[in-house]
Amino acid sequence: MHFCKSLAAASVAAVSLMAPAAFAQTLTIGLGTEPTSIDPHYHNLGPNNQIAAHIFSRLVEQDHLQRLTPGLALSWKAIDDTTWEFKLRKGVKFHDGSDFDADDVLFSMDRGANHPNAKASFKLYSHGGGKEFIKVDSHTVHVKTPKPYPLMATDLSNVHIVSSGAKGKWEGEFNNGNQTFGTGPYKFVKWVKGEVLEFERNEAYWGDKPHWQKVIIKPIKSSPSRLAALLAGDVDFIDQVPTVDVAKLKKNAKISLSQGVSNRVIYLHLDQHRDPTPFAKGQDGKDIKNPFKDVRVRRAISKAISRDLIIDRVMEGVAIKAGQLLPDGFFGRSDKLKPEAYDPEGAKKLLAEAGYPNGFVTTLHGPNDRYINDAKIVEAIAQMLTRVGIKTTPDTMPKSVYFKRAKNNGPKKPPEFSFILVGWGSGTGEPSSPLRSLLATYNKEKGWGAANRGLHSNPKMDEVLEKALASVGDDKRAALLAQATEIAIGEDVGIIPLHYQVNTWAAKKGLKYQARTDERTVAFGVKPE
Amino acid sequence: MTVFIIRRLMQSVIVVLVMSFIVFVGVNIVGDPVEMMISDEATQEEREKVIKSMGLDQPWHVQYGHFVQGVAQGDLGKSFVYGEPALKIIVQRIPATFELALAALVMAVVIGIPLGVYSGLKPDGRLSKAIMAGSILGFSLPTFWVGLMFIMVFAVMLGWLPSTGRGDAVPFLGIDVSFLTMDGLSHLFLPALNLALFKISMVIRLARAGTREVALQDYIKFARAKGLSMRRVVLVHLMKNIMIPVVTVLGLEFGGLIAFSVVTETVFAWPGMGKLIIDSIQSLDRPVIVAYLMITVLIFVIINLVVDVLYSILDPRVRLQDVKS
Repeated sequence: MHFCKSLAAASVAAVSLMAPAAFAQTLTIGLGTEPTSIDPHYHNLGPNNQIAAHIFSRLVEQDHLQRLTPGLALSWKAIDDTTWEFKLRKGVKFHDGSDFDADDVLFSMDRGANHPNAKASFKLYSHGGGKEFIKVDSHTVHVKTPKPYPLMATDLSNVHIVSSGAKGKWEGEFNNGNQTFGTGPYKFVKWVKGEVLEFERNEAYWGDKPHWQKVIIKPIKSSPSRLAALLAGDVDFIDQVPTVDVAKLKKNAKISLSQGVSNRVIYLHLDQHRDPTPFAKGQDGKDIKNPFKDVRVRRAISKAISRDLIIDRVMEGVAIKAGQLLPDGFFGRSDKLKPEAYDPEGAKKLLAEAGYPNGFVTTLHGPNDRYINDAKIVEAIAQMLTRVGIKTTPDTMPKSVYFKRAKNNGPKKPPEFSFILVGWGSGTGEPSSPLRSLLATYNKEKGWGAANRGLHSNPKMDEVLEKALASVGDDKRAALLAQATEIAIGEDVGIIPLHYQVNTWAAKKGLKYQARTDERTVAFGVKPE
Repeated sequence: MTVFIIRRLMQSVIVVLVMSFIVFVGVNIVGDPVEMMISDEATQEEREKVIKSMGLDQPWHVQYGHFVQGVAQGDLGKSFVYGEPALKIIVQRIPATFELALAALVMAVVIGIPLGVYSGLKPDGRLSKAIMAGSILGFSLPTFWVGLMFIMVFAVMLGWLPSTGRGDAVPFLGIDVSFLTMDGLSHLFLPALNLALFKISMVIRLARAGTREVALQDYIKFARAKGLSMRRVVLVHLMKNIMIPVVTVLGLEFGGLIAFSVVTETVFAWPGMGKLIIDSIQSLDRPVIVAYLMITVLIFVIINLVVDVLYSILDPRVRLQDVKS
């Protein structure tokens, strides 16, 4: 044991010796996720995009509430029905000192769509709707589309701009820093996979200078370890604080919490296509016609679920109940739709009207490692439904297994399940993306309904959505998107929204994070109080 | 002995190949890597492009054929997630894991053997009983819990040691190691002890059982009758004879320490292979899983070989040629 003691003593000495070396201008972050690459066009995925946002800028930026603000483009406007004009910021330099101009925009859009190794490309944003980029002069770009395309600025707020010097260079050259030159607030220093990611401040940044001169990001996947690292003072700031720890941390005087609602809605899909559907049986275990096809049954299920109880007991109060696709304050949201009130008697009445006075038997499937407390939510819902007569068995599994079995390959190859729990985060910050993917009729050519796992279909909604996607005027489009949501969720109960996730960040006392609806954790959002 | 080693190496190639087949088929049954990888908003066309780019549109036996072809040329495939060669990703993680496993092994020997021998020589002493009771705790407490408790006590409450991660590394013989810097050692101590706890308990028990058996042998009595000092009896005559079971077990356990220190590496965010395999399983990064398990099998085979050779050195009665029959 002597060996242990002396080693421990030596380590203590070492730690105390090193303490003064820590710079006040350095921020150390314990992050729950790690990017798969630093190349901003390699993988369109949350953990990658939040890291890319440090190094690279976009033509149009999204602020912490996902509102569009000028980025590398100072202004943008539709000059006719099918042409958008972007005026670029002048005097901006990449981290390697080269100048930013229209050629870099054209190059980045092409690279985003055609990266040969991309795991999930940015084509939907850079070339979706048939966009064609034209250089007018060194700081003006026109984007033409065959049809009016109102989502232009939103789309381009998702594509990072890289220097055209990166021609022919792919993710390897970005991961090692040889070509990692953006125009963002931070410069890339180094990345050791699984260990550390370092940035230093870009003193020539075109926007507000970030507070921290140096940023060290450590990936710590295990939530208790991440929290312990914060409590031990090894990191200054962490994301993804587990809901069970929130109440206790609120009382801790050394910690300051930041919370904010996210753009992610947790909801239920119901099979509205097959008849009979595999996971709905009569009380006697015999096949019955698919009850989920009846809107009264869908509404009864929605009424039978107490969202307040789930939020209070399962989510420890850290969630907001949902009645549509996006929480308050987002563009194109309906003011009429409210979260369905808990009404078990009304649910029973509706079930009886629909011809199921004794209910039926079903299984609710869900993942157990994808969303906050997902398995517990599934169990709670199963109990609530059983109380109104729909005998529900909860069945949860790891996401790696779940999403294969819940995959929608169109009407001929529907998901294996009948009744499932899923979540959706709207990267665009408005409801057209979930409407198009979750609720529009499955259509491979148009790219609609790709994640419509219940195969819900209503031509009336499709028509309104089509009109919305062609309306350049913001007010008109917002009204049409709200109308489409009212049809799909209010009238049809195409999906059953449960709640919006609320994310929690924790920092040591004296620091404050500006919570973001896009769930991103970014160093430039952390500031001294 | 040369013949023995060559024969062993040839057998191990077959083992690795069979293993790769089983694992390849196994991982192809579970889940869909594309669903794990692709963004929610991807269209159907985008999805098909990714499936094609990863070669997943082919039936599994065709995929396996491509894989074997690649292996023959030393290419274990490209990671689905990182897009880099799977072998390169794993090799990058090896130094961190080796360092951790070696530190744990050293702790197990340095702490375990003296305590075991002591409690074997004085089986009824109070201290011996305390050691044995402690070893039961070491066996039965779950690693992740002990790891978290270590962090809570030594990092959060006392603030003596850092909670997670690997410290500063310096190059040594061409690889980056962290045990040569103070910062590195302070980061290494808790995870190594956490990983070693189970092994220490095991070594204590093995050493104690061996000591109690050997201490009664005639040659020990003879050595003492001859008037040799207690020190010499224990350190030379007794130690040499209790080492065989300890070396065997530690050899096998070392393989386990390298390949499956998943829990410790996850709790302490140690950037080693264990953390890599668990991340790869979660994201269904099939090429990395297959390559990882092949390397693991190879490590086990080599360790077994080394143990066999060590045997013959420790115990001259063991002849390696005999294994052939």
